[in-house]
Formats: sequence, C-alpha cells, structure tokens
Amino acid sequence: MNAERRYPDVVSGPFEVPPVEFVDREDRAIEIRPYDGSEEEFEALVEMYAEFDPSDRAQGIPPGREPRIRTWLESILADDCLNVIAWDNGTAAGHSTLVPDGEDDYELAIFVLQPYQQAGIGTHLIESLLGHGASHGIQKVWLTVERWNHPAVSLYKKVGFETTGAESFELEMAIRIADD
Amino acid sequence: MKVLLGIGGTDGSAEALDRTVARALEAGDDLTIAIVEGKADEAEDLDARVESVRSETDLSVDVRRLEGEPGSKLVDIAETEGFDEIVLGGSTTSPMGKIKINQTAEFVLLNSHVTVTLVR
Repeated sequence: MNAERRYPDVVSGPFEVPPVEFVDREDRAIEIRPYDGSEEEFEALVEMYAEFDPSDRAQGIPPGREPRIRTWLESILADDCLNVIAWDNGTAAGHSTLVPDGEDDYELAIFVLQPYQQAGIGTHLIESLLGHGASHGIQKVWLTVERWNHPAVSLYKKVGFETTGAESFELEMAIRIADD
Repeated sequence: MKVLLGIGGTDGSAEALDRTVARALEAGDDLTIAIVEGKADEAEDLDARVESVRSETDLSVDVRRLEGEPGSKLVDIAETEGFDEIVLGGSTTSPMGKIKINQTAEFVLLNSHVTVTLVR
C-alpha cells in the first residue's frame, strides 16, 4: 500500500501462539485456534458475520449481506493469509486476520461478535494472531482504524502498535513483531 | 441536473463512470466529466472508456482534464459554474477490503457546498 510506512524500531512480543484456551470475563470457556481450512469453520464465520451489528462495521467491512460476506471471506481466508478464530464451543465468537499487502508486510483486522465483546477475548485474539504471524516469519503488520474508535485504538496500543499516519480520515498504526 | 463527475487514478473510477452515465441517460442529466491526473496507463484506459461512452450513447458529454490540486479544482468548478452535484469514484480498498477515502474525496466532502455523491 505505502512503501514509506514507518514501523516502530522496537520489536513487540513475544506473543502467545495458538491454540490458546482461557475463561473469559463472562465465565465462558474460549479456545483460539488457527483457521483449519474446513468448510465447517468457513460456515461458522459466515454465520458470525451475518449476525454482526452494522454499528461495528469498520470502513465497510464486514460487508452487509451474505453473498458479499462469502466473497470477502474467500479473499481473506485464502492460503496466503493467516487467520485465527475464537470459539465458544461450536460458535465463532471472534476472528482476526492477516492479509499480505504485496510488499512483504501484512494488514491486520479483528472482529468480535457483540455478545462476546468486553470480555477479554479481543486481547487474546490479537495476541494469538501476532504470535501465529511471528511463528510464520512475519515481521511487520499494519492496520487502519477510525480515529473515534477508542476501544480499538487502545487495544492496538496495548499490544504494541504505534500510530504511523494520522493525516487521513483513519489512523494508520503499525507494529514490528520480528527483526528484519 | 447538472452533474460534475471527477474520476481518475482510483479503483472505482470505471464503475463511477458507468453508473453516472447510466443515471444521466435515464434522468437527462447534463454531464461533465473531469479527468483527474493519475498514472499514465490508467489515464489512457479512462480516455478510452470516456470515448466509448461518447460513441455508444447519445449523451452529450463535456470532458475536461484537471491539472494541479484536483479536490479544490472540482469544488471550484462546481461552485462557479452552477453544478448541482459532484460525483466521485474516490475510494480505494486496502488488501483487507477496507474502504479508504483518498485525499481528493476527503477534501471535496468537507469543502464542497454542492451535494457530493461517492460511488460505491
């Protein structure tokens, strides 16, 4: 996207590597695992995004209707992307993804279904994804976030993201998870 | 309605052109297409598309080329020449599929006194 993106000098982490199991603040047993490529997990994600509250969309994703959700998921669940899913038994409660940007770095996004928000799942989910990414040789990760989305911005800061671009509608943030 | 379409150099330009032309044919809009400088190969593609619109439809279209700061040029033309609406194909998407509002679109949305449509 942007060859001039600045990344922090300091390496963040190490992060937990999935599978990760924990009990969330609502006493639900949650397990975070890498996406296994199965149709069953794909369909569980379709179901999660079909129930997603439009107010939690960010810059147009997740898309609103099921056909578009499927097209979008097909692109971000492709073999060159890394995905982790938070499970409450068979229900997908959250999903985080790293998509290659064509310049050796990766764009990150994270989504937690409304009933599972504010229970500590997002922190485990993003840390698991970064741990999963680092174990696959990824060094640099970036994202954009709407500047008014304070809960998301503080989550990103907590794990080590720094603001690298603030001149646009969205904030751009970046993290280094391994040395070049 | 007098419509000013600003296109060039973004992912959505071709679609914005097609949809704006389709609407103009249906509603009898008076359409001006302002081509904003982009990469040379994209500019050629757009020129060809605009030419095919001219040859394949009855629409009379005024085509202009904008140089310099495209956002302020679009706003200036729209306001001084009595346009009713600015249409922009002004968003690109990130690898993830996130919509990014480019600087031209942001400038026009914030500063235009005429209605702005962002084609999605």
